[in-house]
Amino acid sequence: MSNEASASRGRALVVLVPYLWLLFFFLVPFLIVFKISLSDDVLAQPPYAPVLDLSAGWDGIREFVAALDFENYAFVLGDSLYVQSYLQSLGIAAFSTLILILIGFPIAYGMARSPRSWRPLLLMLVILPFWTSFLIRVYAWMGILAREGLVNQVLVGTGILSQPVEILATNSAVVLGIVYSYLPFMVLPLYAALDRLDESLLEAAADLGAPPWKSFWLITFPLAMPGLIAGSLLCFIPAVGEFVIPDLLGGSDTLMIGRTLWTEFFSNRSWSIASVIAVFLLIVLVVPMVLYQNLQARSLEAGK
Amino acid sequence: MRKGLSLFNVTSLVLGFAFLYLPILILVIYSFNDSRLVAVWGGFSTRWYAALWQNQPLLDAAWVTLRVAFVSATVATVLGTLAAVSLVRFGRFRGRTLFSGMIYAPLVMPEVILGLSLLLLFVAVDLDRGFWTVTLAHVTFTMCFVAVVVQSRLVTFDRSLEEAAMDLGAPPLRTFLTVTLPIIFPAVAAGWMLAFTLSLDDLVIASFTTGPGATTLPMRIYSQVRLGVTPEINAVSTIFIAVVTLIVIAASFAMKRQFVADCTRPA
Repeated sequence: MSNEASASRGRALVVLVPYLWLLFFFLVPFLIVFKISLSDDVLAQPPYAPVLDLSAGWDGIREFVAALDFENYAFVLGDSLYVQSYLQSLGIAAFSTLILILIGFPIAYGMARSPRSWRPLLLMLVILPFWTSFLIRVYAWMGILAREGLVNQVLVGTGILSQPVEILATNSAVVLGIVYSYLPFMVLPLYAALDRLDESLLEAAADLGAPPWKSFWLITFPLAMPGLIAGSLLCFIPAVGEFVIPDLLGGSDTLMIGRTLWTEFFSNRSWSIASVIAVFLLIVLVVPMVLYQNLQARSLEAGK
Repeated sequence: MRKGLSLFNVTSLVLGFAFLYLPILILVIYSFNDSRLVAVWGGFSTRWYAALWQNQPLLDAAWVTLRVAFVSATVATVLGTLAAVSLVRFGRFRGRTLFSGMIYAPLVMPEVILGLSLLLLFVAVDLDRGFWTVTLAHVTFTMCFVAVVVQSRLVTFDRSLEEAAMDLGAPPLRTFLTVTLPIIFPAVAAGWMLAFTLSLDDLVIASFTTGPGATTLPMRIYSQVRLGVTPEINAVSTIFIAVVTLIVIAASFAMKRQFVADCTRPA
């Protein structure tokens, strides 16, 4: 075998191993989710019907296809519980993303303006919480926000409130939890964009007599836009399907779609309805996800 | 960016970092609380840590979690590095768009969808659920993080070094092992650690794909946390945070700045 041929076989192997892995463990599972969303729940193992039986040949396949229908979709769309869940998830995720921008921007801006020698340390401080457990960080807030927790103790102790207030088990606690957990994802892309900013542009603006607020608004802010969009998508998309935060910090009336899917699957044991919820969630998120991917691919090209 | 911090910059940095770190600090402090009640400080005590060693289910879960994380991070690092090399080095091959889509999508895909779809796959192919199904699931979502980390390192890589090795007659595999790999090593190591901690931390995907005898630490913590805040959980959490922090700091000292830069890549 020539060297050329062995090199090209080697290349094919390098691509194929991860490619086939993702096809089998990422793409094929979605097709199965879609198939089960068209099936019916039954009391059996597996708990859905029909099950494709290839040994029956063409007739088996025809029978299988005939038994699939969109009944579950009609059910989910017709039930206000599910529709409410989608709307509330989108609302909570959008509001949290807005707060994340308002909190994340000043932090990223401060980091980018700090002396160069501090920056690795500041970056490390932003990343560290992201490496420590997500579950544990959400749990930390349960103790702080509880009725007898630290926030209420401080508020009542200083006389700001006469009675402790219910903070845990509300939608505000969920927003707080999302903002807290996702803050590194907002700060990092923003910082990356601000760090690349060409100083001479700001100097030029100042030389031409622009007041600082004006050069911020006309130069810094537009140039930070790619980071802002990347950070927002990176927070918004997973926040819509979040399960842990609404489950631990939310109340019984906090309907978020990730939690609804979990309940359908683990409590109601309805695999087909859980699959329908997943399909709808994907449809809702497909546009922001494609946006995110294009942005990532473009920023990688720019890095070359 | 002009140098010099204004009062506004300093305030936002101080408040920002206080927001990030105070809740963790409070959690750690209360793990040393002698009182079982969350609201009352009953004096300093390490008894909750001592109690952990008696908690066999918790220790078992920790052992399962470490094994899953080690195996899945190692496989994910190999697959993720191969994926990164394909995307950066092989130009436009057929199916590249789908491939890069499958790399980026799991980074933001809600975990409930990943968990549910993988479980349905394992049921469809009739695989016994347990240690291996969780590990396979973790490889799948963490390899994408590894791919992104390694990819951004490869993009900034000086290709003339590889070309020089090839011109001198080194076959591609040898070139990769002796030239490319040593240079991208900090990114590969950062990718492994990221995969390891993501696996350690995962609750949702593990809950869907696990089976009898393979309860992970986050699942164990979650089932106790639902019943309320307890000092034992604070103690487990503190150990967890301490271990991860030490590893990350040690790695960043060993590999200097490049490591910090590589760690921030996924975002």
